[in-house]
Amino acid sequence: MLHIINKSPYDRPALDSVLATGEGAILLIEDGVYAAVKGGAEENKIKGAMGKFKFYALTVDLEARGIADRVMDGITAVDYAGFVDLVADNKTCQSWL
Amino acid sequence: MKFSILVSEGPYTHQSSDTAYQFAKAVLAKGHEIFRIFFYHDGVNNATRLTTPPQDDRNIINRWSKLAEENNLDLVVCVAAAQRRGIVDDGEMKRNGKDATNLAPGFRISGLGQLIEAGIQSDRLVVFGD
Amino acid sequence: MTTKKFMMVNRKAPYGTIYAWEALEVVLIAAAFEQDVSLAFLDDGVFQLKKGHNTKGIEVKAFEKTWGALEDYDVTKLYVSQEALAERGLTADDLAVPVEVLSRADIGKLMEEQDVLLSF
Repeated sequence: MLHIINKSPYDRPALDSVLATGEGAILLIEDGVYAAVKGGAEENKIKGAMGKFKFYALTVDLEARGIADRVMDGITAVDYAGFVDLVADNKTCQSWL
Repeated sequence: MKFSILVSEGPYTHQSSDTAYQFAKAVLAKGHEIFRIFFYHDGVNNATRLTTPPQDDRNIINRWSKLAEENNLDLVVCVAAAQRRGIVDDGEMKRNGKDATNLAPGFRISGLGQLIEAGIQSDRLVVFGD
Repeated sequence: MTTKKFMMVNRKAPYGTIYAWEALEVVLIAAAFEQDVSLAFLDDGVFQLKKGHNTKGIEVKAFEKTWGALEDYDVTKLYVSQEALAERGLTADDLAVPVEVLSRADIGKLMEEQDVLLSF
């Protein structure tokens, strides 16, 4: 399934809850994209989970926050069309509000 | 594929309604269908036509109305959430003895059952909130 | 009417925001539509179920009675995260209604089985 995270990892622990669910795809949007930054507090956690989860981040939200060039390896940047495809390709999606 | 969207936050304070709008446009651009966009919680504030943002800012409400008109979308505002937050159409004005309406074009006020129906009828339901 | 599996995912504490209350309204409507409804309580959502709310002082409607009413609507699948309870110093005995306490991983599996996930 697709997990959508829109909160900064420095604000709310959505990422921990998602990773505990097992496996799937994770799309970072809005303030959620701060988790994608290289050298950030979540890097090890995300890298460690890459075997079970595929990570995506919404390009426009990365760009808006000036961090599009800081995304860690292994996280795929997607546009809105890619966002739609991720929703279509997964049977369910959960927004971790 | 048939999509529905739930918008749970009002305009401007949270990015959710912007994200939901861009997502809706992308869904249509990809050739999918949107069964319904449902507005709940403070999301009902997306439906007041009295909003007047500065001229150099986006008008989130007009944007929804235009998208609905161009694509024949069903924009539904939850009645209970709308009553709490003062979103009023003609029917609600008469029923509750109010002296004005503010529902923007392209929106309609209806019950929460419309959200459940959207869940039943759609292949995907995506929630945008905070 | 088609029956789908709806799970309402509750992750927010009550009273501080309205999400929990309005989520409950969705639960009741979904049940009225005779859908297969379950509720998951993760993170701060477990605080919604804590026994002994007295909301007189804040002049907001309390939750506790409504949980009892869920059974009348045939909503009996309440899943609570074991980790969320433990992190918050709670056990199932602190909760106002009988629930099934599951690990986050098991709740994750249940989420995978749903048709519609509504998050509050």
